Amino acid sequence: MEAIIRTLPFFINGALETLKITVIAVGIGSFLGLIAGLGRLSRNRLIRALATCYVDFVRGTPLLVQIFIVYFGFPQVIQEGKTFLQTQFGLGPFSETSHIPAFIAAIIACSVNSGAYVAEIFRAGIQSIEKGQREAALSLGMTPRQTTLYVILPQAFRRIVPPLGNEFIAMLKDTSLLFSIGFVELTRQGQLLNAAIFQPFPIYLTVALFYLIMTLSISRLVDFTERRLGVRGHHQS
Amino acid sequence: MAIIKVRNLKKRFGKLEVLRGINLDVAEGEQLVVIGPSGSGKSTLLRCLNMLEEPSEGTIEFEGIDLTAKNTDLPKVRESIGMVFQSFNLFPHKNVTENITLALLKVKGMKQEEAKNVAYNLLEKVGLSDKVNAYPSQLSGGQQQRVAIARALAMQPKVMLFDEPTSALDPEMVGEVLSVMRDLAREGMTMVIVTHEMKFAQEVGDRVIFMDEGLIVEEGTPEQIFKEPRNPRTRSFLTRVMQ
Repeated sequence: MEAIIRTLPFFINGALETLKITVIAVGIGSFLGLIAGLGRLSRNRLIRALATCYVDFVRGTPLLVQIFIVYFGFPQVIQEGKTFLQTQFGLGPFSETSHIPAFIAAIIACSVNSGAYVAEIFRAGIQSIEKGQREAALSLGMTPRQTTLYVILPQAFRRIVPPLGNEFIAMLKDTSLLFSIGFVELTRQGQLLNAAIFQPFPIYLTVALFYLIMTLSISRLVDFTERRLGVRGHHQS
Repeated sequence: MAIIKVRNLKKRFGKLEVLRGINLDVAEGEQLVVIGPSGSGKSTLLRCLNMLEEPSEGTIEFEGIDLTAKNTDLPKVRESIGMVFQSFNLFPHKNVTENITLALLKVKGMKQEEAKNVAYNLLEKVGLSDKVNAYPSQLSGGQQQRVAIARALAMQPKVMLFDEPTSALDPEMVGEVLSVMRDLAREGMTMVIVTHEMKFAQEVGDRVIFMDEGLIVEEGTPEQIFKEPRNPRTRSFLTRVMQ
C-alpha cells in the first residue's frame, strides 16, 4: 500500500498520457469518421467503395496488428521508398533513420482506428434522421449539400453524442495496447513500476482503478452533455 | 397558360408501376384537387412535380423548363414550388422563426433582419404570432402544419403543392389548416392539393381529378365530379367516402 502511494505520481502521469492520446485519437478520428461516414452515404460509387474498404479493413482487423503495421511496418516502407528514390532518381541524401517515434505511431494507428468506428456512428446517425427532413429542405430550394449541412448534420450530431462517448471509452481502454510498442501510457507505466518493485497485484489493481475513474467520469460527462443538448426532447430550453 | 405540363409520366418502384402515363396541365392561378383511393398514385404524382420522386418515363415542365432534363437546376426550380407534407416535416432543432428563415438566409441570401420580418409577417398571416420562439415539439399538429405552410410561402413560390396536409391531424385541428389554405386560394395562389377532405375539395377546387391505379380516370369541375360522376370507379369511390 505504501509502495502504491509513493508511486502515485507515476500512475497519474501514465493516466494523463492515456487521456492525451485518447483525446487526440478520437479528435482526429471524429474528423476522419465524418468524412468516411459521409463517404459511405455518397451517391458516388467510387467514394462509397473507398469509404467502405477503409471501415471494413479497420473494423475487421485487431488494433494491435494495426499498431504493429504503423510502428514496425511503415518504417520499412519508408526506407525502401528512400532507397528507390536514391537509386532511380539520384534524389537525396535522406536522413539515416526511418524510425517512427512511438507517440506518432500511436496517434496514427489510434486515429485511423477510431475514424472507422466513428464513421459508422455518423452513418447510423445520419440515416436515423427521418426522410421527410431531407425532402422538406430540398423542397425549399436547398441544395443537397446545404440540406446535409444545415438540416441533417445538426440533428444527427445530437444523436451521435452517446455512441461517440462510448467510442471514446472504448478507445481509452484500447490505448493500453500501446504498451506493445513501448509507449508509456498507464498500462506500460504499471509494467515499468512492477519491474522495479515487483508488486503485481496492487500495481495492476491500481492501474485498473485509474481506468475505471476515467471511464466513469467520461460516461457522466456524456450523460450531462446529452441532457444539455436535449437529445431526447428536441428543443434546447 | 399552363404553368405545369405533365406528359406521359410513368413511375415504377421496382416492378410496381405506380404511375402509368399521366398527362396533366395546371393553369396559373388554378386550384387543382387530386382525389382517389390510397395507392392510386396521387402522392407520387405530386412528389414528381417537384422531383422529390424521379420519374421513370415522361416529362414534367415547369414554366417551360423540363425538370426531367439532366442539366436542370432543380434547387432553383424548387424555390418556386412550395410543398406542404402530411407529416409537417418541420426542423425540430430550430424554432418556428428559424424554420422559416433558414432557406431565406441560405438559399435567397437574405439578411437576418429582413428574413425575420418575412417570418413574422407570415406567422401573423397563419395566426401564430405568439409562437415565434416556440420549438415544433411544443406545438399542436395544426399549429405545426400552419408553420410549415408559412415556411413554404416564405420562398414566394408560384405554385404550392399540398400532400394530404390534414391527414395526420386530429379532427379538431383540420379546420384551422383548411382555413389558411382557403385564404391562399382566395389570393389566387396556384395550388395542387391531394386530399381526402371532400367538402373542402368541392369548395376550393377549380378542377378535380380522380386517380385510380396510376391513371387519371376522370376530371372535371367539382360540380360535375361530385354531383354527376361519369366513371363507375369514381362513383363507387365517392359513395364510399361521402357516406
